[in-house]
Amino acid sequence: MTTTAPARPVTTATPVRRGSASRMIALGRAELALLLRSRAALFTALLVPAITTFSMRGVVNGLDLDGTGLSIATVLLPGSLGLALIFSVYTNLVGVYVTRRESLVLKRLRTGEVRDWEIFTGGALPALLLAYVQCALLVIGLTVVLDAPAPAAPHLVVLGLLTGGAMLVAAGALTAAVTRTAESAQLTFLPFWLLSMAGSGMFVPREVLPGMVADISAWLPFSPVMDLLRGGWTGELGAVDQGRALLLALAWTGVAALGVRQWFRWGPRG
Amino acid sequence: MNTVIETVGLKRSYWGFDAVRGIDFTVARGELFALLGTNGAGKTSTLELLEGQATPTGGTVRVLGHDPFRDRASVRHRMGVMLQEGGFPPELTVLETVRMWAGCTTGARPVDEALALTNLSDRRAVRVKQLSGGERRRLDLSLALLGRPEVLFLDEPTTGLDAQSRQDTWELIRELKQQGTTVLLTTHYLEEAEQLADRLAIMHKGLIATTGRVADVVAERPSRISFQLPQDRFVGELPPLASMGVVRHTSESGTVRLETNDLQRTATELLTWAQRTGVALHALDARSASLEEAFMEIAKGLDNEETR
Repeated sequence: MTTTAPARPVTTATPVRRGSASRMIALGRAELALLLRSRAALFTALLVPAITTFSMRGVVNGLDLDGTGLSIATVLLPGSLGLALIFSVYTNLVGVYVTRRESLVLKRLRTGEVRDWEIFTGGALPALLLAYVQCALLVIGLTVVLDAPAPAAPHLVVLGLLTGGAMLVAAGALTAAVTRTAESAQLTFLPFWLLSMAGSGMFVPREVLPGMVADISAWLPFSPVMDLLRGGWTGELGAVDQGRALLLALAWTGVAALGVRQWFRWGPRG
Repeated sequence: MNTVIETVGLKRSYWGFDAVRGIDFTVARGELFALLGTNGAGKTSTLELLEGQATPTGGTVRVLGHDPFRDRASVRHRMGVMLQEGGFPPELTVLETVRMWAGCTTGARPVDEALALTNLSDRRAVRVKQLSGGERRRLDLSLALLGRPEVLFLDEPTTGLDAQSRQDTWELIRELKQQGTTVLLTTHYLEEAEQLADRLAIMHKGLIATTGRVADVVAERPSRISFQLPQDRFVGELPPLASMGVVRHTSESGTVRLETNDLQRTATELLTWAQRTGVALHALDARSASLEEAFMEIAKGLDNEETR
């Protein structure tokens, strides 16, 4: 062993503490390297939304959109973004958090200076990056293919992507909290995924659902995100509805975060 | 402030199991304190309380004057932790792992220095999954030392290391201690405690059975002599045992065991007698008390107490 530099003398002031941002960037950077080395996760996150969107084209063609004010483009485009968010952020992160917990990475991290929420957020940064890059590509690609109009209210698209990203990180962590092993993570993401696909108006607008179902589905966690995204393209989301969507998305994010705080275990086997 | 670690009546239970049943000890600045004990004695449970990984069920714990769980922000950047089993993403390289940790650590050493400390410099490009168990332990130690901690918690730091790496690690720990680092370590290896510890505590079933300087703990124990008498000889033929300084003896199927607090005197008397009477003592063995014997005896003694 080589000689060590002296330990920090007790009398001098401690060096400037590292901030949250630098810690999360360090975690995110490592997690990005891992994501790029994980072919399966990358493949699922990148290809599934694109393929699904194109295969949904036929379904949306068959929908009776009369009187909803929607077109094939304004259904498919926001839907593809929602799907990309769910796959790249939610599904991906459930696996990431569970795997890191099983391999004792989270337990080790918690002995250091990193705060709990920084572990989740830092670990989510590459997933969010992946999702947003993918969204940009989908918007460009689909606009060309479907000859779609540009978003009427782009700021709502951005708002939808941001709140959606935050909500899905929290939802992913909560799902990881109730997932016991990496194997079961292949299944536990399904309920939320199916609920969001079917009920939140991703490719089947809630306007075409039967009355009661439509009313209830408006309160689902991912519904406000879809409302914002779609409103971004149609430009027909009023100020009140915008506020309501934003609050609802934040409320669900908060609920999920509280659940994580309550139930998330940092080491394996409960 | 000279006391770095202090526990009073520390208790921890989970799922109805009392892992730590009320322990008190203090560790002064610059001291190396070793926690010994059998598996399940409560060492790791205790360590987790000191590191602020969990809250005690009863009693108090102070590290650098703070509650390590509630005031974690005030102490975390001043302590280094090495868990018994730490995890690193298997697909990251050694360098990437240290770099990640450095980004999360106040006043982190340069990455090269951290790797050199534990002789991992030439393994920097290797993925963690390809490291040997011993190399993984050394990587873990590098991370614990990254922030030049004032207090170091090491849970079985040399388990799985080969003899050379163990020596190197001991040397490193000694150096750190010389520079004023306070160290609390748990170990299975009694030799490790004998080599490194200023003071130690032997834990058994959630309690501290004995504590003190290594020499004091050992001095409380008698030395032993054992031998086999030829078949036609009997213990009764020995000189009076008390006059030889023997404090206890057993005799079982020809093997005689003597315990004494004065090994030289007892051994001399025994050998003189053997020479005078022409008796050949087979399997003769004389040994001073060691930490190992102290340890075994404490474990045995407490077990008996419990069943009584």
